[in-house]
Amino acid sequence: MIANLGFGILLVTFFVTVYSAVTAAASNPKGLARLLGSIPSPRAKRFADELEKMETPQRAASMAESARRAMLLTFPLLTITSLLLIYLLVNDHYEVQFVYEVTSRSMPTYLKITAWWGGQAGSLLFWSWLMSAFASLVTLRKWDRDREFLPWVIFVSCVTLAFFVGMTAFFENPFRVFYQTETGVEAHFFQPANSIPFTPEDGRGLNPLLRHPGMIIHPPLLYLGFVSYVIPFAFAIAALITGRTDDRWIRLTRRWSLWAWLFLTFGLVLGGRWAYDVLGWGGYWGWDPVEIAAFMPWLTGTAFLHSVMIQEKRGMLKHWNMLLIILTYDLVIFGTFLTRSGVLSSVHAFAQSAIGPLFFAYIAITLIVSVALVIYRWGELKSETEMNSLLSREALFLFNNLLFMSILVVCFWGVIYPLTSELFTGSKVTVGPAFYERANGPLFAGLMFLMGIAPLSAWGHSTVKTLGRAMWLPTVAAVLVTAAIFVTYTHNVYALIGFFLVAFVILITLYEYWRGSRARMKIHGENIFTAFWNLTARDRRRYGGYIVHISMMLMAIGILGIELFQMETQGTLEVGQQKSIGGYDVVYKDIARFTGPDGREVTRAVLSIYRGQEYLGDLHPRIDYYWDSQQSMTIPGQRATMKDDLYILLVNWEPAAATGATFKIYVNPLVNWLWMGSLLFLIGIIIAAWPDKDPERIAVRTEKRARQASAAD
Amino acid sequence: MKLNKFVIGGLLILGAVVFLIANATKDASQYFMTVDELKAEGPTMVDKNLRVSGAVIGDTIQYDPSTLTLTFEVAHVPAEDATLKDEGGLAEALHQATIDPSRSRMTVVYVGVKPDLLRNEAQAIVTGYVDADGVFHAEELLLKCPTRYEEAVPEQAG
Repeated sequence: MIANLGFGILLVTFFVTVYSAVTAAASNPKGLARLLGSIPSPRAKRFADELEKMETPQRAASMAESARRAMLLTFPLLTITSLLLIYLLVNDHYEVQFVYEVTSRSMPTYLKITAWWGGQAGSLLFWSWLMSAFASLVTLRKWDRDREFLPWVIFVSCVTLAFFVGMTAFFENPFRVFYQTETGVEAHFFQPANSIPFTPEDGRGLNPLLRHPGMIIHPPLLYLGFVSYVIPFAFAIAALITGRTDDRWIRLTRRWSLWAWLFLTFGLVLGGRWAYDVLGWGGYWGWDPVEIAAFMPWLTGTAFLHSVMIQEKRGMLKHWNMLLIILTYDLVIFGTFLTRSGVLSSVHAFAQSAIGPLFFAYIAITLIVSVALVIYRWGELKSETEMNSLLSREALFLFNNLLFMSILVVCFWGVIYPLTSELFTGSKVTVGPAFYERANGPLFAGLMFLMGIAPLSAWGHSTVKTLGRAMWLPTVAAVLVTAAIFVTYTHNVYALIGFFLVAFVILITLYEYWRGSRARMKIHGENIFTAFWNLTARDRRRYGGYIVHISMMLMAIGILGIELFQMETQGTLEVGQQKSIGGYDVVYKDIARFTGPDGREVTRAVLSIYRGQEYLGDLHPRIDYYWDSQQSMTIPGQRATMKDDLYILLVNWEPAAATGATFKIYVNPLVNWLWMGSLLFLIGIIIAAWPDKDPERIAVRTEKRARQASAAD
Repeated sequence: MKLNKFVIGGLLILGAVVFLIANATKDASQYFMTVDELKAEGPTMVDKNLRVSGAVIGDTIQYDPSTLTLTFEVAHVPAEDATLKDEGGLAEALHQATIDPSRSRMTVVYVGVKPDLLRNEAQAIVTGYVDADGVFHAEELLLKCPTRYEEAVPEQAG
């Protein structure tokens, strides 16, 4: 009965979203009429005239209000639906197909709850629930200055929501129940004729790989990032439809895009951490199509984050920003689909379904309509100023955008290359991680270089001379650092280039901080700490951004370390024997097999780690075998330091045979800088995105200041 | 004049990207083939970078933990979705491939950790090269067990 109730509420939600979208659009017939009027057909023209006559202010306001209230209703409705699903999951209702697929009796309760997003149907519902929460948050804000945007923001949010809720209700319903028919057990929503309800004894259980803390928060964070990007897109479309094409929509959604970016980035990092801890191959990122699907909206989103600043400060690149946010939106939908459909052979391919064509149709339609809107408003999106100098801040930002787009093209090419080559040559050719590393390596290096020089360049105009004066000191210091690394650590050319760029960016950024603080110390007579604090507080977006840049460089150190200097060895050891790698001596002490808490069989080895004579501690790599899903998981034993990670996998052990246990041992240099960097990233982005007391007034003030600054140049 | 600088800069970047992609594609391409296609191509594919998928034959799995050498055979499985559907889905196709002795088979050698998912009727996707004797030397081994996570209907209660 609970399942029926859930399905019923889901259906109601679907109709509410459709009602809200239609009412929102109809509340603004003038906007519609203007759009229709541009279609060169007499019938459209006549219809547009009719529409134009319909609009009265009272009517529009009441319809918009009705749409807004309907939209606000979706959040409680989806919350109830989700709670019902969680109730079914937690209470072992295995007659429900979804519950059967993702939970089992032996799973602890918290895992039964998180199984909500462990399968496709549930994760679509989760997506919808987040979407309704965000859309409600947006519609609850004060709208006095932006009344005309409201119906269209509701419209776009509700169309998106209707698509996902409809998909959940009609195609991937988590509330379908098993029935025993003459031909076998089938899952249906309505009971078929000549059938009896059927309840399996136990569920199949969540894939063991997903029973990890990283997997519990990684999908929600990624989805939070995905869903947050719908809001800036909704405002962009609202701006296009209403013709209010100044940078108002960007200012209104600035924080949304920052938070979206925060969630997406952190979701990606956590995914890497999960792979490192659970998948047992010594790495964190494999250029898997699903990873790339989540990475592509991050690329366009990052480009968007930078290019909107050019529009705010210089009134340029308006078309480009529109296209970027449209692309991000559709890549988000594409990413949701790809991470959940299992269309590509990948470690993530847990689910398969027939919703592919619908997703592609939706992506195609939204893309075509949105781009058509941009073309319709093309003339109104003209730049207010011209780009003059190749070294000006805006030109460097433009190059940054080009590089991000290039990386996107590389990734996209890698994903679609198998399809195109099959189409044209008949043989299916794929490209592996080496392709992405080779093609993207120089592009990432280019981005790092820009990250170094862009903060020093001025809006409007910069020359080699002014830039050189600002950066010679940090550059010399970076060269010295690189020379020191050359003498003490490595002669690898790629590593040296990488480390030079890291040092270059970090030193320039710190130098910028120091120059800013020193200026405050002189002018305001503040001490160094107050000056530093006030400097950051005064322009949080800028200085928060700098912290993000530094954090990216710390992450780059980790990536360079593990990519270029990873060491590995493997072998079978008898108890008491040892193996040496990268300065560590690993002694195999003991092994045991026992039954773990949730019915899994655990095989756990004990190894003592020494460096020379010094005892560093024990590591416990293990293999967990899950009887319910007949799958085992290899959990590494890790010892993490800032210098390197010792990462030991237990490969094989047969209690009967006296051959000893087999281990694979990695030394992953510097990889902890990657995780540390991501924590600093969090701090930086929170500084940049923290809500102001009065965002409107401050926005205006920074604008004024920027104008003065550019005038001074 | 002003525009030209940017056009040239943009073209340079575009050219560099095209070069990077073309170069990396050439070096990192892998031919995705079925066992049948590989047998049909014969010696022309020796030492090329290949990616082959097939059904694991459980009885042939041998693992020597002291050298970490894993040997097993895979049987041909069709690659096209349509053919797979005709055979009753991937799980059924894999099952058919393992019980049909007339299917062409290929020996795979892999040095490394024995993957948790390696078992009878699993789909193995191996990356590596074929030597002159037709033995596949895998550098990477990916496994999928469709029976476990795709079959949405439980077995009938006894």
